[in-house]
Parts: sequence; C-alpha cells; structure tokens
Amino acid sequence: MSIEEKEFKPTIVAFCCNWCSYAGADLSGTNRLQYPANVKIIRIPCSCRLNPMFILRAFQRGADGVILCGCHPGDCHYTTGNYYARRRMTILFSMLDYLGIEKGRTRVEWVSAAEGQKFAETMNSFVETITKLGKNHRLEDLRCNKQ
Amino acid sequence: MQQAIIAKAKELLANGSVNRVIGWKKGEFSYDITPDVFTTAEAIDADFVYDDFCGANVSKFLMKISKGEGKTLAFLKPCDSYSFAQLLKEHRIDREKVYVVGIPCDGKADINKIRENGIDGVLSIKEDGSNYVIDTLYGEKTIAKADVYAERCVNCKSKKHVDVDEMLGEEGDVIASNRFEMVEKIEAMSSEEKYEFWKNELSRCIRCNACRNVCPACTCENCVFDNPNSDINNKAAANSFEENMYHIIRAFHVAGRCTDCGECSRVCPQNIPIHLLNRKIIKDVNELYGEYQAGADPDERYPLVNFTYGDCEPSVVYERGGDK
Amino acid sequence: MVKLSVSKLNDFFNLIASKEKLYIPVDTAEGAAFKPYEEGMKYSSACNTTRSAKDFFFPQVENLVNFKIKDKSIEVIDNRTDTEKFVIFGVRACDVASFDILDKVYLQDPVDSFYKNRRDNGTIITLACDRPQETCFCQSFGIDAANPAGDVSAWIVGDDICFNANNEKGEAVLEIAASLLSCSDESEVEVKKAEIKSILEKLPIKDISLDKISSKDLMENFNSPVWDEIFSPCLGCGTCTFVCPTCQCFDVREFKTNDGIIRFRCWDSCMYSDFTRMAHGNNRNSQKERFRQRFMHKLVYFPNNNDGVYGCVGCGRCLKSCPQSLNIVKVAKALGGKE
Repeated sequence: MSIEEKEFKPTIVAFCCNWCSYAGADLSGTNRLQYPANVKIIRIPCSCRLNPMFILRAFQRGADGVILCGCHPGDCHYTTGNYYARRRMTILFSMLDYLGIEKGRTRVEWVSAAEGQKFAETMNSFVETITKLGKNHRLEDLRCNKQ
Repeated sequence: MQQAIIAKAKELLANGSVNRVIGWKKGEFSYDITPDVFTTAEAIDADFVYDDFCGANVSKFLMKISKGEGKTLAFLKPCDSYSFAQLLKEHRIDREKVYVVGIPCDGKADINKIRENGIDGVLSIKEDGSNYVIDTLYGEKTIAKADVYAERCVNCKSKKHVDVDEMLGEEGDVIASNRFEMVEKIEAMSSEEKYEFWKNELSRCIRCNACRNVCPACTCENCVFDNPNSDINNKAAANSFEENMYHIIRAFHVAGRCTDCGECSRVCPQNIPIHLLNRKIIKDVNELYGEYQAGADPDERYPLVNFTYGDCEPSVVYERGGDK
Repeated sequence: MVKLSVSKLNDFFNLIASKEKLYIPVDTAEGAAFKPYEEGMKYSSACNTTRSAKDFFFPQVENLVNFKIKDKSIEVIDNRTDTEKFVIFGVRACDVASFDILDKVYLQDPVDSFYKNRRDNGTIITLACDRPQETCFCQSFGIDAANPAGDVSAWIVGDDICFNANNEKGEAVLEIAASLLSCSDESEVEVKKAEIKSILEKLPIKDISLDKISSKDLMENFNSPVWDEIFSPCLGCGTCTFVCPTCQCFDVREFKTNDGIIRFRCWDSCMYSDFTRMAHGNNRNSQKERFRQRFMHKLVYFPNNNDGVYGCVGCGRCLKSCPQSLNIVKVAKALGGKE
C-alpha cells in the first residue's frame, strides 16, 4: 500500500491566544487528554492579533482547517481584544463562505486556561469536521504541494 | 448645471477665496473625461465639463491636492461627498483647506454599457430629454438614458450630500435601493455554485491594481501588496489562490469604511463586479451589527473598530446563506 | 488567394483544431477574449479583444526555473519544453504589428528562448478590420488595418472569408483545411480594402502628429513643462501597461514553496512604485517621473533605439480602459503642442 492510499489526515492550524487557550492546551497536555497530532498550534499574543492574512496563508501552505482559540469574551488579558477579533472573524468567515469556501473550515472557539478538557474536545471535533470535508482544494496553492 | 458650476468656480477663483478647482476636464471624445485641477478662469472656460460622463470620484484627489498652498474648491456629487466625509474622519484631508460645493447627480452613464448595446464607433453623445443621441462612425443611434446608467447609479443609495459648504441645485434624499439584490442571489447559491461563480469572475483579474488605487478608502502610504517585506506582495496572480487572496484582503481592508461609491467596478478593465465583495461586507455589518453607512456620520465609530458585549459569535455564519 | 463561406467557418476551425491548438476571439464577460477553440464556439466580430494578443508569446506569469531542496542538496530543474504548435485566428493589424515590436526586444541578442519558442510554434491568422472604432489610431504608425500582416491574412467579404498565405507557415495552415477552400478572385478583396480605407479616413484621431515630438530634441521633450500638469490625474495603476500589446517589461521573482523555490517572471508596470527598485532605492520616485517614463519610452526612447519604430501600435486599448481616461493620445497631443 502506497502512502497516497492511506486515509486522509487533515492538517489543522490552531492559533491560540497566549493567555488562555495556549495555557488551556498546556493543561490538556499535562492532564494527558488526547487530541489528534495533526493540530499545529501557533501562539499569538491575543486572539485579536490574528490578521485575516494569517488564515489565508495557512491555507496556502497546506492547512485544511484553521481554528482560532482565545479567552472567553470578557476575560481578555487586554480587556477588549477578543471582542474585536469576534467581529473581524465573523465578517471574514462570512466573506469566505460568500466566495464558496466550505463553511466549517474555519472556526472560533473560546477556551480558558482552566479548560484543558474543552481544548481537547474542541480539537477532536474540529479534526472530525475537517476530515469529513476532506482536503482543502478551494483555497489551495498548488505550488506548495510536495511532489 | 455645467454653466452654474463654471460660474461658481470662476467667481470663487476671481475673489481669491480658492486657489484651485478640482473638476472634470473634457477629453478627445464626449465620454473620456479626466478629473483634473484648474487654476485659471481661461483653463476652466476651455476644458471644464460636467455631464453624465463625469462619473469619476474626485474625493481621493483632495488628499494630495489639498496639501498645496491655500484652499481648494471641489465639486462633489453625493457619492463623492460620502467618500470625502470618510476621508475627513480618517484625518486624511484638512477640512479647512477645502471648500466643498455639492452638486446634484441624476446618475452617470457607463460607456461600456453603451458599447454593450451594440453602439460602437462613438463620435459624440448628446442629451435629448431622456435619451442620448449618439453620432457614430456607422450612423446616428438613439438610446434611453436609463438603459446605460452605471450599475451603481441604477442602485443609487443616496442623492443626499454629507458635509458640504454650499449646494448648487436641490439637495436630495437618501433612497431605498435594491443594491443588495445581487448579493442575496449569490448568498442563496450552494457553496459549489458560489465557488464557481467567483472563480469565473476573479480568474479574469490581471492585477492592474486599478480597483485599489482608485478606491477612496484605500489610502495606505504603502500597500501590503506593494511592500516587498510583507511576503505576500505579488505583481501578478500566479494562480487562483492569489486571486482570491488579493480580493479578500482588499475587500477586508476597506470593511466598514467602504462607502459603496462603486469606483472599483467602474475602473476594472476586466469587468469584474468587485463591488459585490464590498457590498457583502456592508450587508453583513447592517444585519449583524446594525445599519451603518460609512461617511454618513462623522462621530460614529466604524463597525470593525467597535463592539458590543452581546455581539453574535462567528459561528452565526454556519447558519446563514445557501447550504446551511 | 482562397475563400470559404463564412457559414462554414466552424468547419474550418474544426479541421485546424484537429491538427493544432487553435485560439479564436469569443465574446465573454470581459468583452472579446482569445479562448482555446472548442467545437461550436462562435467567433467574436468585436473590433478588438479587451486584453491584447501578446499573452500568447509573453504570458503574464511564466515559470523560469525550479529549485528543489532534497536533503542537503539543491536540484535545479529547467522546465523549458517545446511549446505545442498553435494557431491564433482573428488577430488584428495593430496586434500583429505589436509582435514585431516585441521581437525587437526579445529576439535581439541575448535571445529570450521562452519567447522564441512560442514565436516559432505560433501561426497567426490576421483578420482585416471590418469596423474600426473611434479609439483606433494605427494609421499614425503606418499600420494598414485593411491589409494586415501575419502568416495568413484574411478578409470577410460579404458572405465569404478570403485567405491569403503570406509565408510557408501560413501555407501549411491553409493546407490543413484545403478541402474546404476554393480559389478566389482578388478583385473582391480589393473592393473590401477600399471600403475599409474609406472608414479609416473618417476616424477622429487617425493622426496624432508624432512628427511634432520627433522633431524636438530628447531633452526638450524630457524637460517639457507638459509633464508637470498632465500626470496629476494618473492613479499609478497598471491598467494601461497590462492591456497594452507592446508593453514588454517584466519582473523576475521567487516563490518559496514548501520544499523549494519557483523562480518566475511576471509582467511589471513602470507605473508601479517598486518598478526597477534596486538596493539603493528607486530611480523614479514620483508618479510624474513614472508617468513620463512610460510615454517617453514609447514615443521617444524606443524610436531612437529602433530606427524610428514607435513603441505603440494605436490599438486604442488604453483609451478604453484607463480609469482616468488619460492616454497616449492625450499625452502625444499635449507634448507635440496643440495647433
């Protein structure tokens, strides 16, 4: 059996806010909770740091799904950052849907530093969704495919 | 109207209250009008025009021109005045250095629509009531004005001006338009259909950047797409990803600030309905965060630098539009 | 000279397409555009395509070489291959003249092998202009729209389309469709040519009096006060350069893939702020300088270096697409001084 015929394992990029979700991911690790290894975590200072360009670039470089995790609204380390992120992501996701990119390839989830369990569950369900959606073809850059 | 504008321009130049005038300069034909600066009464007499082909929005010009000595006189159509007000709000123009005269607009004609109607070899265009009488190389043609209005004028959102010092003619009202009709149609499509629709449209893009450069909301000193250090600067879209990226980011960067003046679609040499991307964002903002018109209110914060505690979650997107 | 009934044009296309790749102009959402022929396609009778025909020989984006990183070595992959033979139908006199201008740039030593490859494998069937537009001014450059060059020239005369092969390449293409073609009388075509000429006479900007510019000294043109005023509406977008059939500047750039680098070239525009940007910065810092560069290049530098051949063919595309309706005609008239 060649490598290509193996079942599809999506690549997921998770942008995690430094103060809550990144610590949440840590907690789920120290609690030995399982979530798939294909989630690549990128730490950002605040969910509001996420430039829409980051999401597009992740897709360009081969991500099949992108998820943003930040502090719960009201709990932002910088007081209001995630409120702005919430609006921005809503508009961006709606725009991606409008351009025909499958809904569900992008997601926002609020995960606090104490929610290791939620982090693992979120990642599990997100990977499941993306596995169902299959490989990202609509926002892919063929030049970045490894031959 | 042209006479009244010329008279006003000459009067203000003569009494020294303004140093220059921004208006429209006639071209080789009746339709190729260039926005330009006039400094003398002679130049105004010779070349100043205002007719149905003066669609170009002169607001962005004021950014550069008004930096000069003294005051600049600008004649603004309702659309232009929204863009102007938005630029003021962003501190791009010094209000003190501009004297704004509002001029009414009944809609502007689109030369491409005239050509699409099979009228080619256009030599001159004259107004005749509700028609244009067009003299062409292949005989005289007549066409109803309503048939060749630009899309943005067919779906005009407002005949009212914002922030003018003086009005020439009657002030109009904000009108209820059907401008979101096409957006709704696309929203109702399935994901697959949307993708095909936009692939077909955006694949024509030649990355001339006209939509960006003409846009009164695009005022960055150095655009992210021109900055060699941004790692995403590209002069040509190599594939569909880069086409998508350019248009998503362009629309997103003017989100909440776009006044829907329609210049982007007017200037596109490839006929891409770029305004549909901007309108989608405007529609979303209206529906999710309350009615908002960029430029209309100088004090209101624009929606993407504002929030309420009760804003909807991004997951709301999964429940909207075509296939849920 | 041979002819064919216009109603049988699609049979002609089918035959050619069975042997070589065929492109014809068709009406699309962007206006007329050259598309690969598929059975049943209707050719567009529009005077000209929205984009020029230079794309066939000088595409907007083209990969030059790939670098692949494997372990600790870098593999260099030359991806030049022979272009398959292709035929373009319906090129107008102005566009075919633009190929001669591109040749002066790309076929001069050092020869651009990518360009030459496509030039050698492309056959051009030109079509005389039935309906010249008000924006046409090819006559200013000595181009005869009634008598287009190319490998095969064609005229639509009444219900017939007449072909004339101008060289061996052209004869070879007509040979493919020989079964459809019958001999034709030249006198009909002569009548058609006279008809076209009479329309060309009526064009409003047929002569943009370039001698007024060429009679002046280079520095006089360069330092002309006209530039100070005329550039100001220019947005600095690249529309004019991208629709222009003779603009030939490109930039060589690199794209980092996940396991290597693609070196490609793409069209560049002298209107852009980072055009010919070098380590020390930029040669032309203001839009005035960039604007001047474009028109000085086409109207002064290019003819100075190429025996008086202007870098413009008068196709009128920039007149139609400039967002601000600034164009080479307005510039030439201003620079030459109004009479």
